[in-house]
Amino acid sequence: MTTAVDTKKLTMVQAVTDGMRVMMKEHENVIVLGEDVGQNGGVFRATDGLVAEFGENRVIDTPLAESGIIGTSIGLAMNGFKPIAEMQFLGFIYPAFNQIMTHASRIRARTLGHFTVPMVIRAPFGAGVRAPEIHSDSVEALFTGMPGMKVVVPSNPYDAKGMLVSAIEDPDPVLFLEPMRCYRSTKMDVPDGKYNVPLGKAARLQEGDDVTIFAYGAMIEVVMKAAKTAEEKGIKCDVIDLRTLYPLDKEMIAESVQKTGRAVIVHEAPGTGGLGETIISLINDTSFLYMKAPIERVTGFDTPVPMFALEDHYLPSADRVVQAIEKVTQF
Amino acid sequence: MEKLFPKMQIINENGEWNDETYRGEITEELTKELYTKMLRSRLFDRKGVNLQRQGRIGTYVPFEGQEASQIGSAMAMGEGDWMFPTYRDHAATMTFGHSLKTLFLYWKGRQEGCIPPEGKNIFPPAVPIASQLLHATGAAWAEKLKGTDRASIVYFGDGATSEGDFHEGLNFASVFNAPVVFFNQNNGFAISVPIEKQMKSKTIAQKAVAYEMEGVRLDGNDVFAVYFHTRTAVERARKGEGPTLIEAVTWRYGAHTTADDPTKYRNQEESVNRRETTDPILRLERFMKNENMWDEKWGADLQESLTLEIEAAVKEMEEAQAPHYNDVFDHVFAENPWPIESQKEAYAHSRGDR
Repeated sequence: MTTAVDTKKLTMVQAVTDGMRVMMKEHENVIVLGEDVGQNGGVFRATDGLVAEFGENRVIDTPLAESGIIGTSIGLAMNGFKPIAEMQFLGFIYPAFNQIMTHASRIRARTLGHFTVPMVIRAPFGAGVRAPEIHSDSVEALFTGMPGMKVVVPSNPYDAKGMLVSAIEDPDPVLFLEPMRCYRSTKMDVPDGKYNVPLGKAARLQEGDDVTIFAYGAMIEVVMKAAKTAEEKGIKCDVIDLRTLYPLDKEMIAESVQKTGRAVIVHEAPGTGGLGETIISLINDTSFLYMKAPIERVTGFDTPVPMFALEDHYLPSADRVVQAIEKVTQF
Repeated sequence: MEKLFPKMQIINENGEWNDETYRGEITEELTKELYTKMLRSRLFDRKGVNLQRQGRIGTYVPFEGQEASQIGSAMAMGEGDWMFPTYRDHAATMTFGHSLKTLFLYWKGRQEGCIPPEGKNIFPPAVPIASQLLHATGAAWAEKLKGTDRASIVYFGDGATSEGDFHEGLNFASVFNAPVVFFNQNNGFAISVPIEKQMKSKTIAQKAVAYEMEGVRLDGNDVFAVYFHTRTAVERARKGEGPTLIEAVTWRYGAHTTADDPTKYRNQEESVNRRETTDPILRLERFMKNENMWDEKWGADLQESLTLEIEAAVKEMEEAQAPHYNDVFDHVFAENPWPIESQKEAYAHSRGDR
């Protein structure tokens, strides 16, 4: 017996809004705060309509101060609320880094669990939408290297809503990164009510035996294109959307590379200190003897994300990913 | 601007009345309670310095001289209120509910030192500068949203007023009318940097003007001035009349920490000589003598009983069972993610424990 589920075709940004709406309806202590999140509905309209539905005590326009938004959210979170704090862009999070690093992520550990800060920080990120400088930074590794933080990145509308619900329900602070390129690039059937996409679990987007491609967020579209080109050349790719960057889905990563023996990791963040290095290390720990070729990475450069006239040079392209796939298969 | 924020005082350096507004409330019972708490914290503080010198605890952060500021303000807070201390505010936190053992455990490097007794809302000490002003604002804002009349108090030094979070904390509290008391202890130095190099403004209280909130400057070595003016600020917060910035002008005799040498940047002889005018315990003792509240035997007995209490707390701290190394792993998240779980297992294995 199956139960029909009502769905709507939503973009990712609409799915994010829907995730917040569903959780705000269910839990009175869930509040949204940030700059422009009220009447304006957020710079990307992610909070559109929420203030009309839930009022100004639950959808709060704050002063323009990132540390202030995160610092007060910490106080609210440890005193009974579930704040969803919006950063307008991940590239603007730096003034709040101190609050996240020295307080949000470690209060549970400092007090052996006596005080906790169950909060969600939402931040659009990544290049490819021709945004002004700083707006396009992809600095997720700053946070995956921060003990006490979970870091997640959906790549499609369904995952965005289900993962946001899980992030809001999570008892620990979660950095919820929203790839700007995916905000309105596709529409997808999204269930109306509440559902969870669990944190910590990757998704296999395509089955293949020759090489595994690991990516997340906006790079999923790029690697799917590359995988199609590779298939035309007779190379079948296992494509894994990591979805959660901390903690990584160790089982799926190991299971896939043990099957293919080859891996290409793609992210637009800088290569040095990037998540690719962590994944290589994980493969080394779990699957060294299965590997048939050195692992390739296609990443952003160890440079600031350039202004948009040059950003296409910075971003990993499907062509570069195909070259990496060929390199590992021809090794 | 300095004239607009006069240093409020109830009893002067000689223990004489300067403002008799609260004369009816300044009973012998209240006076003896304040004196007891100040002496208790001073003996604790001196013990802390000694324990560090003997290598029995780690780096310690002394506060001798600031007892009136911390205790007077903490006494103004009520059951269920919130306290956000820095690493220096042991006198405030012990007044509000921390046990002496807990405070010693903190300086022994134990996580347990961050945990308040059940029902006491004392946040762990903030180690970065000024970041805790925002937590106090958030917690107070939460109480306002919940419709309670609870308030927050947050402690910080003069150096903290140069940080962005000081301004963000005041601004958020002002915009959202959060019931929070910003309690500054101005002791004239941020480690080695004197206040003249920290800010051009002559007072810290005047910074309240920019945020359209009450600013109060008071003699931080006069425990009555601190207690009654903080109590007024807390009452104002409870009534929904918004936050207050209090500047308590005080003086600390010792170093920033036991790892620091104040003789490099401050004339310590001059500092010690200031005891005649700034020592809050000496001042209260003079007041008690002037008001016939002082009894030599009471003073000696108190000294003895507090010494015994502190020695007992030291013994408890030193006899506390060593923490298990799994405490490193088991409280980072509600549920251990696999990297921490596998690191925990590997560490146990390396020790031959499994």
